[in-house]
Amino acid sequence: MSKTPAGTLYRGREGMWSWVAHRITGVVIFFFLLVHVLDTSLVRVSPEAYDAVIGSYKNPIMGLGELGLVGAIVFHAFNGLRVILIDFWKKGPKYQRQMLWGVVGLWLVTMIAFSIRHLAVVFGG
Amino acid sequence: MAVPTIDAPRSGRVSPQYKRTGTSKGNFEMLAWLFMRVSGIVLVVLIFVHLWLNLIDGDGIKGIDFGFVAGKWADPVWQIWDLVMLWLAMLHGTNGVRTIINDYAEKDSTRFWLKSVLYSATVVIIVLGTLVIFTFDPCPVIDGVAHVADYCPAP
Repeated sequence: MSKTPAGTLYRGREGMWSWVAHRITGVVIFFFLLVHVLDTSLVRVSPEAYDAVIGSYKNPIMGLGELGLVGAIVFHAFNGLRVILIDFWKKGPKYQRQMLWGVVGLWLVTMIAFSIRHLAVVFGG
Repeated sequence: MAVPTIDAPRSGRVSPQYKRTGTSKGNFEMLAWLFMRVSGIVLVVLIFVHLWLNLIDGDGIKGIDFGFVAGKWADPVWQIWDLVMLWLAMLHGTNGVRTIINDYAEKDSTRFWLKSVLYSATVVIIVLGTLVIFTFDPCPVIDGVAHVADYCPAP
């Protein structure tokens, strides 16, 4: 018999790994946000300064980075709603695993749709 | 024989060394926990619309330039939208990173310095972003040279 107590939310398996992914995506998004505010602030320096920096992002490598960033944001958003349901919905803790697979499914659908559009923009003429 | 009465745990005075919160902290941690959930729901809406308009609608990310920003901030709705998004996202992110620092930095001095850097960055970014939104000029004149765009008056 396993020594691990049954039914814990944050020890092992889906509960723990979704928590780890939530932390990692959260930190990634936070550091992007710092840079994002700084580069957008260049509109206050000059139109040329802003366009030069934004122009340096318009290449396939940054395009793939944007895909990764959106993937992190969409996971953090959907899993965050799952955490809220675990905390406030009476049956949330019972269905936390099923809800994680719901999050993963919704994430896949969203990311497939977004990838088709975004990669067409990045790699298209 | 008299039945002994046993008090429920913590029903009496709790010795100071067993108190879980200092008297000055109050409900701060509970309010921070609640803020993460409330701001999280609002941020999902704010950021998903932001991503739709900037990455999917129109020409996608290739359409973003100074004129795109000027067009958006000509409307006060998007100024307020971006302002609320800036404040909520920065406070949500700062509280998240604060939690991570508290979890992993074991020395008091390490936590103090990491959080000092974090809070300084937060203040700088929020103040800078707020000033940029409200002092933005779509037709700036830089060193006597007026910006040329179809929405700007001819110099």
